[in-house]
Amino acid sequence: MAVETKEVKWKRLPLSSNYAIAYAVKDVDVDVVSAYPITPQTTVVEKISEFIANGELDAEMIHVESEHSALSAAVGASATGARAFTATASQGLELMHEILHIASGLRMPVVMSVATRALSAPISIWNDYSDLMNARDASWVTLIAGSAQEAYDSIIQAYRIAESPEVMLPVIVAYDGYIMSHTYEPVLVPEDNTVVREFAPKNFNRFRLDVDRPMTFGTIADPKWYYEFKYQQVVAMRNAYKKVKEVDEEYREVFGRGYGVIETCCLEDADIVLLTYGGIYGTFKEAIEKLRENGKKVGVARLRLWRPFPAEDIVKTLGGAKLVVVADRAISYGARISGPVALEVMSTFYGDPDAPMIMSVIVGIGQRTVTENTVAEIVDYSFRVLERGKAPRETLYWGVRGVSYE
Amino acid sequence: MALLKDATSVGRIALRYEIRWHGRGGQGAVTASMVLAMAAIYEGKYAQAFPEFGAERRGAPVKAYTRIGDEPILTRAPILNPDIVVVLDPSLPKELYLAGVKDSTIFLINTKKSPREIAEDLGVPVERVYTVDATKIALEVLKVPIVNTAMVGALVHVVPLVKLENVKKAVLETFPGRLGEVNVLAVEKAYEEVAGKLVEVNP
Amino acid sequence: MAEEKLPAWNELPPGAVILEPGSSEKRYTGDWRIFRPVLNQDKCIRCLLCWVYCPDDAFYFEDEPYVTSKGRKYKFSLKINYDHCKGCGICVEECPVNAIDFVEEVK
Repeated sequence: MAVETKEVKWKRLPLSSNYAIAYAVKDVDVDVVSAYPITPQTTVVEKISEFIANGELDAEMIHVESEHSALSAAVGASATGARAFTATASQGLELMHEILHIASGLRMPVVMSVATRALSAPISIWNDYSDLMNARDASWVTLIAGSAQEAYDSIIQAYRIAESPEVMLPVIVAYDGYIMSHTYEPVLVPEDNTVVREFAPKNFNRFRLDVDRPMTFGTIADPKWYYEFKYQQVVAMRNAYKKVKEVDEEYREVFGRGYGVIETCCLEDADIVLLTYGGIYGTFKEAIEKLRENGKKVGVARLRLWRPFPAEDIVKTLGGAKLVVVADRAISYGARISGPVALEVMSTFYGDPDAPMIMSVIVGIGQRTVTENTVAEIVDYSFRVLERGKAPRETLYWGVRGVSYE
Repeated sequence: MALLKDATSVGRIALRYEIRWHGRGGQGAVTASMVLAMAAIYEGKYAQAFPEFGAERRGAPVKAYTRIGDEPILTRAPILNPDIVVVLDPSLPKELYLAGVKDSTIFLINTKKSPREIAEDLGVPVERVYTVDATKIALEVLKVPIVNTAMVGALVHVVPLVKLENVKKAVLETFPGRLGEVNVLAVEKAYEEVAGKLVEVNP
Repeated sequence: MAEEKLPAWNELPPGAVILEPGSSEKRYTGDWRIFRPVLNQDKCIRCLLCWVYCPDDAFYFEDEPYVTSKGRKYKFSLKINYDHCKGCGICVEECPVNAIDFVEEVK
């Protein structure tokens, strides 16, 4: 949680995660913002417009006709060397999908915030992570924040990661739509944003459109060439794993707050560890703390870095448990294990003779309510699984009407 | 003192107050939840405010939540068992706001009726019911029946969760200019006029 | 022909950016033609429409004075770079005085 540091003077403001992101965009001195409104992201860009209108942020706001154009404009701006930002959610992210790959393939350090939301049809404006998980393979570094404070901090870190020469990939900072995007909570924002701008100086020393030094962007690569450029992205993602940690450490030194790539609670001698992501972790944590008081040997972890997947840290963090329960908020339809993060955890432990049992649970789809009681019920079930010594080989769809598990 | 002793206690969190706001779209229940949380944050406390997310429509019943505590608030679950229920519209079906209430839940209702009448209607002890005619105050001061700020004013008198001055600061922050000033008047008036036996909370 | 040695992944600029301008000049496309445009200097009025329309920038000027059979004097001549002309025939279509013939490549 928030720690006051001596060097940085803070304002303590009541902000939603959407507003916190707008403050971060202002403090990190973004040059170009292009976005199209979509619930629950809209207030991010509304607040940024306010900052630009007030003269608090010197940036260009490009009003576009769709999310496809929003990201295209951000890519174009980034290609000139500008620091570009966009924000979206749900169907908007889907419409961007084509440009997601272009942004990363062109190695444009665009930063985007995603207030995660379920996908149509049927129409749901409510939260889950279906939108973000669909962007999994687009070669964007993806952080998932768990609080408004972390959303603020992550945007600043994101530019450092994206613009570092060994990475040069776009970054998504995701967080729960509504559950976080519209929730007001205290956020520490520096009194003077010079400290932020010093922490994340702009990298102009990169390939960019410049009339004095003409270059060609957006080339065609035939079968003799394409593969090498894709491999460059593989390596850049590897580098990003290291860079995310480095930047977070450095951020902690300067600002007194850091998050690592996995946040944990109550892992000591825990037989069962729950793994989840986003704001719902708070609900899980309070439930687990209460269960701990009642003597249950259970812990909980939060995945903060989704892409690149922090495999080493996953093994280190969860390797000691007897049973790992991954609570996903997205469904990969048709897969036997259909929780995207559960799949990833399983593949991480594949072939490891000391691997814990791994169980996949789906919760919170379309913002189906998850309370501390839900978590307690899942933990109860998990202890029964542990006794049986065999994890279900299929994903459990927790709380769906008409389905029950013994 | 006694009434709020068993305010929601989860894990290591000693004391936390969970307030559930009920109104109709357009009355400002969401803003009320926010203003209270803002005031608490200005006061150095931890707080959280969020709406029950729906497709917002004018006139439709809406819910909003505020949590206030001395320690960080982690849970993001909706408030199912509130410590305090605030009703902005007396015409709402009572089943809506009686859902999940505890034996200790306090009710603050915008109505012309007395706490005794409401208590009988809801079937709860009169000492847990507070009333204020916020619609009258809003019409007088704001000239529109938007009662949210008045209800916050009444609430912080009934349960001194935050100081009145911080509520005023939050109101002025939320509503710039003249609108802020008249809303502050609404807060003050409701603070004075709320009826019921006042509650003490842990210092 | 010997196997060409192509650069490894770490020898290429990221994002497939081409760092120098004018790289298409290095690419020989002269063997793409089925038909070849041939400019008749005598008919040509030097309006430069072919130069404007050519998608491959294959037309160029040379300081070579020319006097037509009707006695018109020009200070320069237009030439076609057959290393880059792909034989699309746009110039043939656009020439207002039909000064460009389109002849089969195969002899």
